[in-house]
Amino acid sequence: MSIEIKNITKCFGDVCALDDVTLSFGGEKIYGLLGNNGAGKSTLLGILTDLLHPTGGTVTVDGEAVSNNDTALGKVFLVAEQNLFPEDMSVKKAFGAAQIFSAAFDRAYAEKLAAKFGLNTKKKIKSLSTGYASIFRLIIGLSVNTPYLLLDEPVLGLDAQHRDMFYRLLLEKYAEKPCTIVISTHLIAEAAELIEHAVIIRDGRIIRDCPSSELTASAYSVSGPAGLVDSYLEGKHILTSNTLGGLKTACVQGQSDALPAGLEFSGVKLQDYFISLMEEEDRK
Amino acid sequence: MTFQEERPIFLQLAEQLEDGILSGAYPEGSQVPSITEYSVTYKINPATALKGINLLVDTGLLYKKRGLGMFVAEGAKEKLKAGRREKFLADYIEKLVREAKNLGLGASELSEMIKRGFEDVD
Repeated sequence: MSIEIKNITKCFGDVCALDDVTLSFGGEKIYGLLGNNGAGKSTLLGILTDLLHPTGGTVTVDGEAVSNNDTALGKVFLVAEQNLFPEDMSVKKAFGAAQIFSAAFDRAYAEKLAAKFGLNTKKKIKSLSTGYASIFRLIIGLSVNTPYLLLDEPVLGLDAQHRDMFYRLLLEKYAEKPCTIVISTHLIAEAAELIEHAVIIRDGRIIRDCPSSELTASAYSVSGPAGLVDSYLEGKHILTSNTLGGLKTACVQGQSDALPAGLEFSGVKLQDYFISLMEEEDRK
Repeated sequence: MTFQEERPIFLQLAEQLEDGILSGAYPEGSQVPSITEYSVTYKINPATALKGINLLVDTGLLYKKRGLGMFVAEGAKEKLKAGRREKFLADYIEKLVREAKNLGLGASELSEMIKRGFEDVD
C-alpha cells in the first residue's frame, strides 16, 4: 500500500520543474519533502493529486493510476495553498460540503478543532485572515481521514502558538489513526523531529531519500583551533566550514573517527545537514 | 525538558525516563507516559519515542502490560544506581580531573573542593 512515483518529469515550456523523479510514500510513515523554494515540491504534490499532468512518468496509489481515477484520488488529500471551496461559503457550510465529498470526513472533529483554534465557523472563507485561511485548510486535512495526507508548507502564515498546536494535533491524529503523511517544507528545524523519512529535492531532482536518522548520522561536526582542525580534515569530505577568529568549525560527511585532543565533536541536526548539502551542491 | 542540540533525541528521552525513575517521579510498579504522550508533548515522531522507551525495556527497567502500557519494573531504581555508579568514573570523574588539570589544580586542591562540595550540596 503506497503511492508510487515512477520517472516523473514535468516541464513548463523549456523549464524543467521535475526531472525523472522516482519515489515511494507509504508504510504509515511521516515523510519530510524538503527543499528550497522553487525546488519542485509543490509541483510534485500537484502531480500526485492529479491537479497537474506530468510530461512523462506515472503515479499510482495502491496500484491504481491517479490520472482521472476517483478511487485512487479519494485516498489522497492535499492541503495546499489554494482554497478548494467557493469563497462565498461559510466555514460551517464547507465542513458540511467536505462530508458530502468524502465519507470519512469527521465533521464533529473539524468543529472541535475550529473551536480549539478559535476559528469562527460562521465566517465566510473569503473573509478569513491569511492565518485563519491556513488553519481552515489544515482543519479539513486533519479531519478528512484519507490513508494519504499531503501537506504543502502547512504552517505558512501561522503564528508560533498555532504552529505548535498544529504539530501536536497532527501527532495526536497520527497516533489515533495512523496514515502516511508527507510534509513539504522549507522550515526544516521545526518539522525535523516529526519526520521519520526525509526526501531532499533540489532543482527538480531527488538528491536524498532515506530515514532522517541516517542523514544526521552520516555527517558530524568538529571544531577547535584552526590549525588542528585543518590537519584533521586532510583527505576528508568537507561539507562546509567556517572560521571565527582562530576557531574553525567544519561539517564533515562520513563517520567520525577518533578525534585528536583539542578538537570537539558534535552531531548535526537535520537542518544543518540540509544547509551543508545545499551549500555543497551550490559549489558544483 | 528541552532537548540538547547534538545528541540523538531517543537517547535523551531514555535518560530523562531513567532520571525520573531515580528521582521517584516514576515509582516502581507505576505506569510511565505512553508513546503518544511523549510524541505529542515533545513534538517528536512516535518511532523516536518508541526507540527511547525500548532502550529501557531492553535493560529490564520497564516492562509492557499488554493493552495497558509501560510500567516501571521492581528493582529498577537499584539497577539504575548500580549501572550509574559503574559509569560514574568515566562520566564525571575523568571529566572533572581533565578540567582540573586544564586549570592547574592538583589532586589535593581538588579533593579539598570535593569536600567543600559535600558540605554545600544537600
